[in-house]
Amino acid sequence: MTEKKARPHPYIPNSVPDVKAAMLREIGAASIDELYAAIPEALRFKGRLDLPEALPSEQALRRHVEGLLAKNQNCHDHLSFLGGGCWQHYVPAVCDEVNQRSEFLTAYGGEPYEDQGRFQALFEYESMMGELLDFDVVNVPTYDWSQAAATALRMAARVTGRDELLVPATTGPDRLAVIRNYNGWAMRVETVGWERATGLLDLEDLRHKLSKRTAAVYLEVPSYLGVVETQTAEVAAMAHAAGALLVAGVDPISLGVVAPPPQYGADLACGDIQPLGMHMQFGGGLAGFIASRDEDRFVAEFPSRLFGLTETIVPGERAFGDVHFDRTSFHGREHGKEFVGTAGALWGITAGVYLALMGPQGMRELGQGIMQRAQYAAAHLGTVPGVRAPALDAPFFKEFVVDFDGTGRTVAEVNQALLAHGIFGGVDLSARFPELGQSALFCVTEVHTKEDLDRLAEAVGEAVAGKKRRATGSHGVAPRSAKGGKRRGR
Amino acid sequence: MDADSKHTRRFHQARWDEPVIFELNTPGARAVLPEPVDPAIAKAVGDGVSRLPEAMRRREPPRLPELSQPEVLRHYLRLSQQTLGADLNIDIGQGTCTMKYSPKVNEELARLPGMAELHPLQDESTVQGILEVINQMDLFLRAISGLDRFTFQPGGGSQALLAAAAVIRAYHASRGAQRDEIITTIFSHPSDAAAPAVAGFKLITLHPDESGLPRLEDLKAALSERTAGLAITNPEDTGIFNPRIAEFTRLVHDAGGLCSYDQANANGLLGVTRAREAGFDMCFFNLHKTFSTPHGSGGPAVGAFGVTRELERFLPVPLVDRDPATGRYSLNHDLPDSIGKVRGFYGSAAVILRAYAWVMSLGAEGLREVAEIAVLNNNYLLHNILKLRGASAPYAPGERRLEQVRYSWEEMTRETGVGSEDVGRRMADFGVHYWTSHHPWVVPEPFTLEPTESYSKAELDEYLAILARVNREAYDDPEFVKGAPYESVVHKMDLAPLDDPARRAVTWRAYVKKKAAWEAARNR
Repeated sequence: MTEKKARPHPYIPNSVPDVKAAMLREIGAASIDELYAAIPEALRFKGRLDLPEALPSEQALRRHVEGLLAKNQNCHDHLSFLGGGCWQHYVPAVCDEVNQRSEFLTAYGGEPYEDQGRFQALFEYESMMGELLDFDVVNVPTYDWSQAAATALRMAARVTGRDELLVPATTGPDRLAVIRNYNGWAMRVETVGWERATGLLDLEDLRHKLSKRTAAVYLEVPSYLGVVETQTAEVAAMAHAAGALLVAGVDPISLGVVAPPPQYGADLACGDIQPLGMHMQFGGGLAGFIASRDEDRFVAEFPSRLFGLTETIVPGERAFGDVHFDRTSFHGREHGKEFVGTAGALWGITAGVYLALMGPQGMRELGQGIMQRAQYAAAHLGTVPGVRAPALDAPFFKEFVVDFDGTGRTVAEVNQALLAHGIFGGVDLSARFPELGQSALFCVTEVHTKEDLDRLAEAVGEAVAGKKRRATGSHGVAPRSAKGGKRRGR
Repeated sequence: MDADSKHTRRFHQARWDEPVIFELNTPGARAVLPEPVDPAIAKAVGDGVSRLPEAMRRREPPRLPELSQPEVLRHYLRLSQQTLGADLNIDIGQGTCTMKYSPKVNEELARLPGMAELHPLQDESTVQGILEVINQMDLFLRAISGLDRFTFQPGGGSQALLAAAAVIRAYHASRGAQRDEIITTIFSHPSDAAAPAVAGFKLITLHPDESGLPRLEDLKAALSERTAGLAITNPEDTGIFNPRIAEFTRLVHDAGGLCSYDQANANGLLGVTRAREAGFDMCFFNLHKTFSTPHGSGGPAVGAFGVTRELERFLPVPLVDRDPATGRYSLNHDLPDSIGKVRGFYGSAAVILRAYAWVMSLGAEGLREVAEIAVLNNNYLLHNILKLRGASAPYAPGERRLEQVRYSWEEMTRETGVGSEDVGRRMADFGVHYWTSHHPWVVPEPFTLEPTESYSKAELDEYLAILARVNREAYDDPEFVKGAPYESVVHKMDLAPLDDPARRAVTWRAYVKKKAAWEAARNR
């Protein structure tokens, strides 16, 4: 058993020996061990857990952890063009001020009577997302876009009573893997092809694959490859004609300038709110949303908490609480809709703060500025000999494909050279999308200045020009043809 | 002063009567200004948005509220004051959720650029620090559980249960077995039933006998060639440890199934007993519960999911590997039998970092102390709650419990008409949280308290004094308790509109539309 220690641990108030003794005395127990009498000897763990020496001093702990984090290089001290499901955007100070408030940070399952502020903040999040998306129903956040897409598609299958999902082959790889794990055992998840030149959906392939079994067509706007689909009206018409629903996966930060999903006929929308005020946190800033029209057939199928507005016994006093709680697994266990649990509520509150700060004009200016910067960066990169940018001939929002095939360099080589310049280059697409050859997905947002973008183009120019070090041999690989010579991915 | 007035404070929650943010609208006001693009960029590419075809351009701006920056801040700080986090209250009323102290130093560490500003697809050479943290946390949890490999990808306990169900499915599929039933218990978390159902399993739910535990005979009767696995907590929500758990797991294994241990809350067991010795093939820990990371109003979170060596090949990808020769860390995507992914990237990394720092602060002895004090605190509460009129702790009378207890007000409700929900609303008047229990209410008029290690004896005494006062009020003036709360942000709510399709409103825009329609209809 644990011996009395010289110093009680600061996190454990009743580790003060006299207090512990007094409590044991009051409950009539001779020792702590007596409280564990129910655990049979054979199940007892003998010995000491194999863990490092403790650092109970806060000062020593901080030094240790700061030392570990100092081994990382980050997007604050480097210039980053990484996207592909997690994006660097500017985080206004008020977002962090609100989400580090003790009250929101450490709240959890409180009832509306203790946590009215939490309920209202999340209702307002739903409401502002509703304006952005042009939908009347938005959920309390789920884990991430991947889960939101998997659930939105599952909802569509329940609404239609069908069991086949059509998903573009340009869907984000993580999202596709989650959709397959979540739904693939029960439903056919069929990928729809895309046009190599543009990145747009192959409508002939879609037409061919639509059937009476199709529950939903999923469409990402912009797609994983950054492309803003232009044939949305056709896709919606084809899906609806087949009796299927259209589920749109969207980047909410684009919606100040890009059409909201109902404008092109989407029945359900999903996506990630990480761009709206969340630091990237190595992917920890993700949280997903699902939205629909306010129709019973949709509302009844949401697994998530939905917070709504009502009144109290005091005339005119508003209050916020759970809408249709009996849908959820909290109420019905395996008979509830899928499941609900701890996911991303603090990021929902934060995204609400973000939208309140930005307002309609801010979202428009931001979206426009991102498009201008991205187009400038792409055009500028395209002037580097051998580099094709944008490599896909279609509108894009903040991400675009850059093709290095003409340079004879692999993306991995280019990125290594960029790293030496303090630049994180684009996401290497060569393993996931071999048909694009040695291509990378570059992300440009409002965090990038003209100088940053010029610096990128210059560094890429140097990287592909084969500066001195490159000619010496160890990196000297033969130029690769567009389709062949796939190098190991990351 | 009598005991009640000595210990129950004269609390009143902040009541700002704060409007919905749309009502604070001032057309034209701005709270944050995006940085304008460099004129040279605009000159080079034009307005940018013209590149979108007409049909894909937003036609009118979103009707977001327009406020100045100080107004946004004040609005949200008022809402925060109308929220009672664990940092403010004696948060022992949310049993099963382990509402412990989340150290502030960990918050500061999680917000450093070396954590906050990491992109998940950075070159591995640039993220060795966070990969080391993830690898170390894996090793910590292996020691604590006795299992062999952990992933931190699941974004919460329910998603960890989904991962477990997917691994069970993949394991049986790899053996060509058709097994589609998972056995759980009614006192295991609702997601122990719901998540396997999402993964395609039929559920068999065992109910407790008079000792509060599932019967071995019921388990035997449920087992068959269709049994895929067992998904169970121990102790269950009652806080009663099932001493025959190793027999349960052995029987399931003999029948060809796998055993999944829900250790979302393992707070009473750290360093005391492990999944390995009880015969489990997999388990998960909620880092936002036992491992102290803040609950965040409901996430971000991590359900750290661990398995035996035999099942490692089915885990979601990637795993964090360490090359023993070079000491370098890498992301291993090469698991051919992997279930794929349950969440994007690698999970909530800043949550893993906080949990790592918490374990490092405590070490092996400290974790054991956490468990022991959590159990001591719980038995101290139990001892005193049984003195309250009309309160009981169903099952196992006279026995000690581990980290929590599911209590019942059945007798008090019968005698006074005051139920557990009424008590909960009245508790809010004293600045503390109180939760009833998950559905279904197998224990009548239930409440579940879990004091963890984070509250002092004086704080436990205060909570007990509040409970005693409400208990006395229930017998003296039941209508008063039923009318509560009086000192909260809002008064007793009318729940009907929330479930009425004509009146429910999940967004302000829906509320505005429906209110007009509802009032027009009422005036007709």
